[in-house]
Amino acid sequence: MILAAEGHHPLVPIWQEVVIGTIAFALLCFVLMKFVLPRMEEMYQARVDAIEGGIKRAEAAQAEANQLLEQYRVQLAEVRTEAAKIRDDARADAEAIRTEILTKAREESDRVIAAGREALAVERETLVRELRAEVGGLAVDLASKIVGESLADEARRKGTVERFLTGLESAGAR
Amino acid sequence: MSRELVAAEGLPWPPSVGDFYPPELAGPWVTKFGIMVWLAVALIIIFFMATYRNPKLVPTKGQWMAESVYGLVRDNIAREQMGKEGIRFAPYFTVLFCYIAVTNLFGITPFLQISPNSHIAFPIVLAAITYIMYIYIGVRKHGLGRYLKQSLILPGIPWPMHFLLIPIEFLQTFINRPVTLAVRLFANMFAGHLILLVFTVGGFVLLASDNILIQATSVFAFLMAILMAFFEVLVALLQAYVFVTLSANYIGSSLADEH
Repeated sequence: MILAAEGHHPLVPIWQEVVIGTIAFALLCFVLMKFVLPRMEEMYQARVDAIEGGIKRAEAAQAEANQLLEQYRVQLAEVRTEAAKIRDDARADAEAIRTEILTKAREESDRVIAAGREALAVERETLVRELRAEVGGLAVDLASKIVGESLADEARRKGTVERFLTGLESAGAR
Repeated sequence: MSRELVAAEGLPWPPSVGDFYPPELAGPWVTKFGIMVWLAVALIIIFFMATYRNPKLVPTKGQWMAESVYGLVRDNIAREQMGKEGIRFAPYFTVLFCYIAVTNLFGITPFLQISPNSHIAFPIVLAAITYIMYIYIGVRKHGLGRYLKQSLILPGIPWPMHFLLIPIEFLQTFINRPVTLAVRLFANMFAGHLILLVFTVGGFVLLASDNILIQATSVFAFLMAILMAFFEVLVALLQAYVFVTLSANYIGSSLADEH
């Protein structure tokens, strides 16, 4: 009861305070919402962008690295295949060359042997022919001599044969 | 008994509503409460201006603190209550939250010792802003007719029920919401101050007793006062959170397409 006499019921606002509260709060809203909080939202967005951008950049770099790796792998495989092919080719070439050389050598030796045989045969033929002619001549000589001397004496006959034989020997020695 | 104690010690016992109305300093425009409100406004502006003068992507400690407040209101209140659209309102809610929290905390600030919100004029201002905001936004989005229909008529109930429900919904949306918003904040701060007065002043009253045993019990009164002061910190922040959350909820319901 004494309180009522003091003037204020707590649920009845003092109108001057309503005015002060309104102005003060309006000022607070104006200053913060104009100068501070929009920048804070911007900073928020910038930070989100920075983080998401960083993640995106990392992903891009990762993708690029993967692609490069794949490319290198493909290249390496290609190089390996090529090297194997070159080796195979070289081996095949070497084999071919060897075979060719061998064949040529064999042909050469055959040719040389054949030529030698032919030359030998020709030589023999010639010798045989010459020998035959010479033996014939000698036989005729001997026969004519035997026939020429048959009329002379026994002693002369013996001498002729002796001479012929000596002549034969000397011809053989020569 | 108490009357005699007041007479003996000059202590205002028991605590009364009169304690909430200290004498004016210089007319009705310059009072302790008015000065406290200006002080709160100044402190908040200085804090934000100082910490956000030169914001960096990687924040300093002060900037981080300012951003934490904004982040709390933005993500845990505005977005939670209103979805994506709430972010648009986050700056206002942040100002509202800081203002209520600081003025509430004046209740346990040495030398001030009382929250301006224990005078109902200040909560009324804040509740009125929320009230005007959610009605204005609702009408602007849906048009007056559709907004009223949406607010008052619940879909999918038998039509005779509307005779009962429309008045209830009207009372709920257009009377109870702003009144409870203002009274809840006011009553919490009023009661909080009263409790602190009871235990501190009561402690001194007990200490002034002639009986040594009664004097000894004053220790419990002071301990309780300290405990309640900590409790008041919790209440101060919680009431700021509740006020802003409910405001966001009301504005969100005006923006919603269904009841």
